[in-house]
Amino acid sequence: MSKIHVTTTVNGDETEFLCDPRETLLDVLRDRLSLTGAKEGCGTGDCGACSVTLDGRLVCSCLVLGAEAEGKSIGTVEGIAQGEELDPLQEKFIEYAALQCGICTPGILVATKSLLEKNPDPSETEIRYWLAGNLCRCTGYDKIIRAVMDTAADLRKAS
Amino acid sequence: MKYHSPKSFEDAAAIAQNADGITRYLAGGTDVLVQLRADVVTPDDLIDIKKIDGVHDITETGDGWTIGVAVSGAEMSEHPALGMEWPGIVEAMDLIGSQQIQGRATLVGNLCNGSPAADSVPALVAAGASVTLTRTGGTRTVAVEDVPTGPGRTSLEKDEVVSAVNIPKQVENGGDAYLRFIPRTEMDIAVVGCGVNLRLDGDTITEARVSLGAVAPTVLLVEEAAKAIIGTTLDGGALEALASAASTACNPIDDKRGTIKFRTHVAGVLAKRAAKIAYDRAKGVK
Repeated sequence: MSKIHVTTTVNGDETEFLCDPRETLLDVLRDRLSLTGAKEGCGTGDCGACSVTLDGRLVCSCLVLGAEAEGKSIGTVEGIAQGEELDPLQEKFIEYAALQCGICTPGILVATKSLLEKNPDPSETEIRYWLAGNLCRCTGYDKIIRAVMDTAADLRKAS
Repeated sequence: MKYHSPKSFEDAAAIAQNADGITRYLAGGTDVLVQLRADVVTPDDLIDIKKIDGVHDITETGDGWTIGVAVSGAEMSEHPALGMEWPGIVEAMDLIGSQQIQGRATLVGNLCNGSPAADSVPALVAAGASVTLTRTGGTRTVAVEDVPTGPGRTSLEKDEVVSAVNIPKQVENGGDAYLRFIPRTEMDIAVVGCGVNLRLDGDTITEARVSLGAVAPTVLLVEEAAKAIIGTTLDGGALEALASAASTACNPIDDKRGTIKFRTHVAGVLAKRAAKIAYDRAKGVK
């Protein structure tokens, strides 16, 4: 089967790859671009572990074809930290121990960044609804929600 | 599987017309890719319609609204005016899936996937919305309620593609609402859905459309339910007649999410609640 040539931008860097028409963006990120932050949980858009942004819009990369990335701008968890320096959100997740096994964490970080960019002052209810598509089987969510609320509060103080 | 990204709906329709095997159109992909990955439906030709001009646009026309076939739920929710005029439609779309799904899912995908439990479809039916179908050499317009013919099936011909959703202008003193029942607060599929769109003259309802989802093989436009409230002020008697008509129209299945008895009862309850919200909106109550 002939492969599709795709040119796209990932975390600000222009990149290109060849992919099978059936290959998802998640597979491309992990297997062709070696960006293994996004995880495959369900593969059907239910768990959010593969969350990335596509032209700034939060999506499940398991429900996007690699071919659809042509000309788009993709943001993954690898793009959140500035080099060795963690993002305040990541620091806060560590401080609050808002992760245990860590499989859901990349998706939750990407989803949360997306929320805070749109809404710097989310209520607890808004955070819980926004993250409803990110399943975590370890934490019970509470520590995640506290970490997000505290990050938002710090960011508001800083701005 | 061949991946196509045509630049026009005519080209998209021509690809489908000339295809020998299974064809699927790709917009948001939230159903098509799930089916692809689960090996439920493996298209021979996958036609991505997102590269066609105008498919990402929400356009206010003199007659109402044209929603491009690739407009996502999130884009509808963020639109400054659409939800003011048609809150029921926008809220119905917004109920579907997570924020991630909202970033991709479309009205047309919800319609053409053919699920009886599609949330946006009853709201579109209540609003009197239609879709434009394009084929090589022509277009036709079909009412939304005439598109689904059964679970997973539509009335579209092989060489037709939905090229736009047309929502009429909301009338003066009109209001719409959509409610669904799910056993939890988020991330679930409708057990019952109900859309109501109505118009008032003073306190009296002069026009109404009532629709039900997830209680029959396709969405239902329930004329008897509309008749039950037209000419009334949505008083207690009218609400009971509405509930009774809605329940009578149901022909649901029993499954793990709801029994026949439960769905039939809840259809009446939701019809009353949705009608009250639509009535308040028509009155201008926020």
